[in-house]
Amino acid sequence: MKLTCVATPGSGGDYHTPASHLLEVEGVRLLLDCPVDLSALAAFAPVPLGADCGDAGDLIRAVPYYWSPAAAAAAKAGGVDAVLVSSATGMLGLPFLTRLPSFANTKVYVTELAARIGKLMMGELMEMHSEFVRYYGLDTDGSPKWMQGEKLHKLLSSLQNIVIEDEGMDLAPLMPLYSAPNLEECMRKTQTVKYGEEVCFNGMLMLKASSSGLELGNCVWSIKGPRASITYLPSTLFVSAHALDCDYNSLKENDIILFSDFSSLNVMDENNENLGENAMVCDDSLLRADGVDEDEYVQCLSKNDDIAEEIERISFICSCISDAIKSGGSVLIPIGRLGVILLILEHISETLLSSNMKVPIFMISDAAEKIISFTNAVPEWLCKPRQEKLFSREEEALFGHVELLKEGRLFLFPHLYSKGLLAAWKEPCIVFCLDWSLRHSTAVHLLRRWHADKRNLLVLEQGVDTELTLKPFTPAAIQVLECSFLSGIKVRKVNPLLSVLKPKLVLFPEDLKSRCPSKEDAPWSYLYYSKGKTIEIPNTREDFEVGLPTDVAFGLQPRQLDKAIAVARLRAKLHLSKGQYVLVAPKDQSDESNRQLLHWGAVDAGRLLSALQEKGIECAFPADDDDGPAGCERSILITSPGEALVKMAPEKTVIYCDDESTTRLIYDALSSVCNGI
Amino acid sequence: MFDCGMHMGHHDHQRYPDFARILAATPGADFTSAISCVVITHFHLDHIGALPYFTEVCGYHGPIYMTYPTKALAPLMLEDYRKVMVDHRGEEEQYSYEDIQNCMKKVIPLDLKQTIQVDRELVIRAYYAGHVLGAAMIYAKVGDAALVYTGDYNMTPDRHLGAAQIDHLKLDLLITESTYAKTVRDSKHAREREFLKAVHKCVSGGGKVLIPAFALGRAQELCILLDDYWERMNLKIPIYFSAGLTIQANMYYKMLIGWTSQKIKDSYTVHNPFDFKHVCDFQRSFINDPGPCVLFATPGMISGGFSLEVFKRWAPSEKNLVTLPGYCVAGTIGHKLMSGKPTRIDLDKETHIDVRCQIHQLSFSPHTDSKGIMDLTEFLSPSHVILVHGEKPQMSFLKERIESELGMPCYYPANNETVSIPTTKNLKISATDKFIASCSTSQARDSTQKSNLICGNHLSGANGDEKLAEGILLMEKSKDAKILCEDELLQLLGAEGHSLQFEPLLHSRIGEAETDIVDDLASE
Repeated sequence: MKLTCVATPGSGGDYHTPASHLLEVEGVRLLLDCPVDLSALAAFAPVPLGADCGDAGDLIRAVPYYWSPAAAAAAKAGGVDAVLVSSATGMLGLPFLTRLPSFANTKVYVTELAARIGKLMMGELMEMHSEFVRYYGLDTDGSPKWMQGEKLHKLLSSLQNIVIEDEGMDLAPLMPLYSAPNLEECMRKTQTVKYGEEVCFNGMLMLKASSSGLELGNCVWSIKGPRASITYLPSTLFVSAHALDCDYNSLKENDIILFSDFSSLNVMDENNENLGENAMVCDDSLLRADGVDEDEYVQCLSKNDDIAEEIERISFICSCISDAIKSGGSVLIPIGRLGVILLILEHISETLLSSNMKVPIFMISDAAEKIISFTNAVPEWLCKPRQEKLFSREEEALFGHVELLKEGRLFLFPHLYSKGLLAAWKEPCIVFCLDWSLRHSTAVHLLRRWHADKRNLLVLEQGVDTELTLKPFTPAAIQVLECSFLSGIKVRKVNPLLSVLKPKLVLFPEDLKSRCPSKEDAPWSYLYYSKGKTIEIPNTREDFEVGLPTDVAFGLQPRQLDKAIAVARLRAKLHLSKGQYVLVAPKDQSDESNRQLLHWGAVDAGRLLSALQEKGIECAFPADDDDGPAGCERSILITSPGEALVKMAPEKTVIYCDDESTTRLIYDALSSVCNGI
Repeated sequence: MFDCGMHMGHHDHQRYPDFARILAATPGADFTSAISCVVITHFHLDHIGALPYFTEVCGYHGPIYMTYPTKALAPLMLEDYRKVMVDHRGEEEQYSYEDIQNCMKKVIPLDLKQTIQVDRELVIRAYYAGHVLGAAMIYAKVGDAALVYTGDYNMTPDRHLGAAQIDHLKLDLLITESTYAKTVRDSKHAREREFLKAVHKCVSGGGKVLIPAFALGRAQELCILLDDYWERMNLKIPIYFSAGLTIQANMYYKMLIGWTSQKIKDSYTVHNPFDFKHVCDFQRSFINDPGPCVLFATPGMISGGFSLEVFKRWAPSEKNLVTLPGYCVAGTIGHKLMSGKPTRIDLDKETHIDVRCQIHQLSFSPHTDSKGIMDLTEFLSPSHVILVHGEKPQMSFLKERIESELGMPCYYPANNETVSIPTTKNLKISATDKFIASCSTSQARDSTQKSNLICGNHLSGANGDEKLAEGILLMEKSKDAKILCEDELLQLLGAEGHSLQFEPLLHSRIGEAETDIVDDLASE
């Protein structure tokens, strides 16, 4: 087994750009996630470049290229057999790959819901891209001019995580966007699964997605091979306010954990170090105490402290929004997180209602209508309290936005220029859009409209290079609220999680080693991985497990070799199905089943002679045969029932005989004095 | 325990399963320890009606599984039934409203295809069964022994539900429903057209259409059919739902759209097909309003309640139309209307109804017909088949067909009868890398997953032309048995191989026993 980490989370963080790996199991090459780092978009100037385009002077004025190290690495590897996708964002780069001939037979596994959201996101991305194409025209042949100059350098430095080596810098991850047919092609290669559904790849690997808790449809993958079982653990939440919580119980059987949650590297955790101190203490005591039982770890995991903080943050955002509205300003919320949008929608409606403010809420995106309607029809993918809304008879919907829509307070439009928008438009208002790079025309238009008024509010996600992102809109008087959101496991929960899962081996990011010290005296071992390096992973089982049906077992003819060992020759068909090898009795049982085919050790001439004589065979050593030293060739002459000669050397015996029945008699006698099977 | 239903025809202790038999089979145990889990296939009362009694009165506390829609919709059915039982018939209640609530709280919801490890040995998985929203076929596996229990299923898609879908599975046993063990049905479209024609003719003549229906299932199916027809024909005549239950049911259907047919799911990207355009709430005062309309009213067989109330008013006019479901229990007005053409129905000694209205009998059934049962059985190719949920003579007919045409032993045990089925058992042994490599696994890799009529994963490597694997099974004391290759055995034993050759005897050889042996190819 081999693991190569091909990309660590980009500047968008774990949520928008999860890490990506190449994993080879029993000869099968798997790509784990294939995101695109969209933060690179900030280096491009928004279109159209109006007169008031602020300080966009040194931004790249061209059709954008997109940064996907994962896609580049997989392409360089010459194709993969399958791709396991853990989130909608983890599939954004896939159409780059599936259009290549070496990926013609690649199969993509992704949860039903992540595929749906992913497709909408890719559609949205292509729609935004087409705005650039409309403005600049299609790329002419060859790489664009900006790719050679100073601008490129700027672009790359905007991708904070990339170490720029001036010499031999690899530009392969920088790609022109895929087309709509590419996207269709990608979706055709996709096999969607539900949580807990087992699918079999190649007859050999059993794949199973379990909820990861971070976002609707996000999953942890179990990869079960014949000799090892691996958990691919991307960013995970144990208690969520919208998505089904991480189902860690289903991961307990796996031997190896590929820990791929880099979220604790994020800025957010640093800020919260103080906040988490209490919990840290609790965790330390847990770690120190001997014989802490599993329940305490489970309690630590399922404590809803993280989500309580998240709800607090959402409430804070809502209070800022309501302040802006009160002062007569409008609010733009370009946030690409579905869960956060749904939660803000729910909270803001309460906040506005309680302060008796009536302002329209707009969601302007190609995908808005679809997203809003399907989120109310996917109870299986939601957290337990929301599922209860389906089972209890009091609630009419799974999310609060259904009510908002019904009451005519929430409006959904694909574009700013959509029919009917003007009629509904009223300022101040609240506008959601899914593009967080601020390069989509919706965000661009509204920012141009609102940036000069300090009563207005822009809610941005932290981690984005705000300065670069807002450059085209400077000087800006608009208030900017930078928020951070939960993106994965908190450091303090890592060791309790591992204690619950009880793996044999943990593959851990080298980068996280210092932030998240490995547990001393842990019953599992660690292997550290870092980007671009390939590590060998030992199998947990040396042998394969094979099922032997009772009817085949009963047909065996075992031979006792000594007190402790018996052997039997086995003839069967080996079937491989759903990750399990089974020996099946062949339809035509050959009559040679008692024939020995393998012999070992030396044949004692004297014992063979008496064995032959016991069978009524007349035989003798030749006259000139003397009982020479061991290792010499000896012969036995047979005269009746047929004529034959047996020659014995230490490593082989030859029977010279023309008569079949005599040969058989000799063979039987020989078998009785020689080890064989 | 698969399903925990009740018999609608009985009003005494026979209405519930004989739970005592569970305890009789495992002496000394209580219900909770005697059963690993209860799995409910769908929300119909003959499959779930006794569940609150079993958990709240008998005291079963183990896990209960059912799909998301079943968990959401079952309480409506149970409460409706409880009300009819207690309020209308004045019977002693078997379980209370709280019992239903408490019972449902214990239910673990299942998603389709989700593999659930119930305990160390038992694994269950639900497959789409059609029939009603949330209906599932259940695959269960203990060790190597596996079976499928179908519950009720439909092999042809209807307006709002898809056809049953299952993977190729290696099964020791298939337990299938056999409601229509002998019937083969014709095309559904003709029957739908007939229904729509009858309704359209009635309303265009100014008549009223009464569609008695149970709240869940057929009502949504017919509603989609009508709403769609109204849209196409640009009809403005109102379609009403009798208040309460059905509107509430539609709300559930909206959240559970993922469980409907592919066609509905595809059409639903923005507009929810259960947001009916032409359907509105019915007010009691509308009964005597003039003008045409279509009304859905519960209960389905006009056995009482609102549908009876409306029937009394509308039946005397020949302009009106009453549609009846395919099956009505004896004793209901629906049953009386179906058998013969009565012109007068006596409700009791004092009240009678003159029936002059048109009667249209619906023949949509959400059950598979006998062809569907045969198709599913052939597709799954189990080692044994058991027929349930049918009538004896028809089951006997189907048993003969399954045994003669498919060559599978088939049973249809009566209540309280036990059938023993032999199951597969595999011993777990290990095999060396070399042995596995020596067997050609490449075929398994090449065989791509084939889709079949019911779609799903094909057993790979199940084709008959693999190479025979040959190895040595090594059994050592206090170690697992292991298969290895010949040379690995020699290496393990620390022994040298001893080759055995057969050569023709040349007479000259006997004389010159000392000469070297010719290194000929071994021949036999």
